[in-house]
Amino acid sequence: MLTFIFKRIFEAIPTLLILITVSFFLMHSAPGSPFSSERSLPPEVLANINAKYHLDEPVINQFFYYLGGVLQGDLGPSFRYKDFTINELVAQSLPVSAEIGIWSFIIAVVIGVSCGIYAALRQNSLVDYFVMAFANIGIVLPNFVLAPLCILFFSIYLKWLPAGGWNDGAWPYLVMPVIAMSTSYIAQIARITRGSMIETMHSNFIRTARAKGLPSYRIILQHALRPTMLPVISYLGPAFVGIITGSVIVDVYFGTGGIGQHFINGALNRDYSMVMGVTILVGSLTILFNAVVDILYAVIDPKIRY
Amino acid sequence: MNLKKTLLASALMSLALGAVQTQAADVPAGVKLADVQELVRGGGAEPATLDPQKVEGTPGSHRTRELFEGLYNLDGDGNLTPGVATSYTTNSDNTVYTFNLRKDAKWSNGESVTAHDFVFGFQRAVDPVTASAYAWYVEIPSIVNASKIINGKADVKSLGVKAVDDYTFEVTLERPVPYFVKMTSHQTLFPAPRKVIEKYGSEWVKPGNMVSNGAYKLDSWIVNEKMEMVRNDQYWNNEKTVIDKVTFLPLENDSADLKRYEAGEIDITWNLPSDHFKRLKKESPDEVIITPQLGTYYYQFNTKVEPYNNPDVRKALSFAINRDVITKYVTGVGEQPAYTFTPSIVNGFNPETPAYAKMTQKEREAEAKKLLQSAGYDKNNPLTFNLLYNTNDGHKRIAIAIASMWKKTLGVEVTLENQEWKTYLETRKAGDFQVARAGWIGDYNEASTMLDLLTSTHGNNDGKYSNAEYDRLLNEAKTMKNPSINYNKAEEIAINQDMAVAPIYTYVTKRMKKPYVGGYQPNPEDNIYTRDMYIIAH
Repeated sequence: MLTFIFKRIFEAIPTLLILITVSFFLMHSAPGSPFSSERSLPPEVLANINAKYHLDEPVINQFFYYLGGVLQGDLGPSFRYKDFTINELVAQSLPVSAEIGIWSFIIAVVIGVSCGIYAALRQNSLVDYFVMAFANIGIVLPNFVLAPLCILFFSIYLKWLPAGGWNDGAWPYLVMPVIAMSTSYIAQIARITRGSMIETMHSNFIRTARAKGLPSYRIILQHALRPTMLPVISYLGPAFVGIITGSVIVDVYFGTGGIGQHFINGALNRDYSMVMGVTILVGSLTILFNAVVDILYAVIDPKIRY
Repeated sequence: MNLKKTLLASALMSLALGAVQTQAADVPAGVKLADVQELVRGGGAEPATLDPQKVEGTPGSHRTRELFEGLYNLDGDGNLTPGVATSYTTNSDNTVYTFNLRKDAKWSNGESVTAHDFVFGFQRAVDPVTASAYAWYVEIPSIVNASKIINGKADVKSLGVKAVDDYTFEVTLERPVPYFVKMTSHQTLFPAPRKVIEKYGSEWVKPGNMVSNGAYKLDSWIVNEKMEMVRNDQYWNNEKTVIDKVTFLPLENDSADLKRYEAGEIDITWNLPSDHFKRLKKESPDEVIITPQLGTYYYQFNTKVEPYNNPDVRKALSFAINRDVITKYVTGVGEQPAYTFTPSIVNGFNPETPAYAKMTQKEREAEAKKLLQSAGYDKNNPLTFNLLYNTNDGHKRIAIAIASMWKKTLGVEVTLENQEWKTYLETRKAGDFQVARAGWIGDYNEASTMLDLLTSTHGNNDGKYSNAEYDRLLNEAKTMKNPSINYNKAEEIAINQDMAVAPIYTYVTKRMKKPYVGGYQPNPEDNIYTRDMYIIAH
């Protein structure tokens, strides 16, 4: 196992390097610059700004400056939020998204897995249809529809919850972002669990267990649950990264100040260092959680050994 | 003399007499104030910076105006009111301005605001080390050596600014610029606290470090969540300030802004989504505030490309736009059709109605057909082109409407081409377009802020319109006491005669404001100060 972990870390380095290189040059090849605006700047003013941010140098030099900074843990200054560095912005916004994300993840896993199993065990019953209908609605209902609907209902009509803000994560400010964030994940997890459970319940070893006369709860908990969870877990690894790195919709509608909107705004504003920062962050987290998924696989499935 | 000119004259007179007419919350007798004086404002996008010399964009201007104060302010009508300066004098040829500063103006740390702080502020703005995107703002009034310093050809200390003594600040211009004093209300020309900036470097604008001289001081700033400012008890007019705390919520999305207003979490929104205008106007007519803005929405022709180098083609296309239909049914929130490039609300200049604006739309359309035919295009040989705009539903609706007007009246075949913002800017800048959507919001309340745009050397003249007489008129206007004559001639040449661009409508600012917020003074430049406002008991 230890060798496996070292191997994964060793593999992660070139992967991240390729990711950084490709993203850097792609980003710099996009038309426009961080400082292009409707009010175009006099050339001498633009020259001063470009010099300050090394933008007057060849892209390859800029790349090595950037890489040098990254190796020292410095993601550079933001081109958009000029008073902040990317490190500061990430430090301010990631915990917000992570808190919304972790709650959403827990809720999504608990509700999604329970609903999926329940529906699978009562395949083609009313309950199953209800759960699957909910799951399909959850998947197709985008959160840019769900978020304003939540605000309209809970904040404007019922006046139960604040329409936005974060206030250091006080619970009333958490409820709607968590609903908006978790719904589609609940739906996806329920669908995957149901499908996987149905498949497992039709496999030979379950039939054997039944033939042996084991009670249903033991068949499900001892024999069916583990194999059922394998596809769910491979979905959960990347899903966890997605969920804790926030959503632009949640940030925009609820004004939470999370990291989600930096993904979109960074690209639109050509905030090169912001785009690179969030790319590196998501890249590293994806590699990390894929490794966690692989380890969990080994824990759950005794056939898998590293 | 029209009303605006009267107001300007009276304001100048009061200055000359040294009368102190300041801006502050003016609570009418009998109004009962609320116990809690806290205001929450929708703040548009998160500003790029709070450093006055570096701020760009209106969201940043709104916030820095709360935190800092320059030599003069502009009131709701665009007239000067004293800020840190109480009066000024000029030399005989209007090139040296001497400002007398008030002795009670203080920074939030209790130190006096002196002429040295203005010297430092002005120098910072042009210093290449600061790399301010607004450095050009110091070049416009032609402050001595500003251009050379920006170009790195002169030392920053050679800028034409001087602290005669602690409370006398002198600015020397290369040529007389009549509207220079008005320009001092802009944040680029605000004072800067040297000691604090030298101590903290670029970190000086962070909460805890920042020292400011406006009615408010920065209390907290969480990017993309909120920015809180509290009363600066060192402010010279603090006694007249009523609101204790103002919070700006950075909400770029108009719909999120409105939802939080409807939930009672915001007192004044940044904008309001046009789709909701009719409903809101019906449900809460007193809360919808529409104010004409100093800016024009227009279509730009690439005058270097055939056949748009032919004024007849440009005129035909402009005449065929039914501006009343656009403003009434497409935008529909009270925008005014525009036939001149300078909005009529600009201070000190009332543009004459051009001949084509006096025609009926039918007459204009008939004339448009003739003009296009004379240029060699008709329904059998239709003019075809791409209409470029930046991706946005509002621009799309206008483009569809205008394209169909052109098709119906002139048989013109238009392909709509939308591009993401930065790509669109790049395309326009490169001149890689035929007709493009554009807009321009004035930087200061004087007609040259609009008209300069169409001079041949202006960096934003993307259509590359060029007319020697127009350039001469605008250049001459810069030193004229009453430049209106030149401005009218310039409008006549660029629009009525050449149709360099097709003005479509005058922008408006649209906001929702709770009825309990008093003292809100909407104005064409959108210079809104929280220190003028108060919360009525409700």
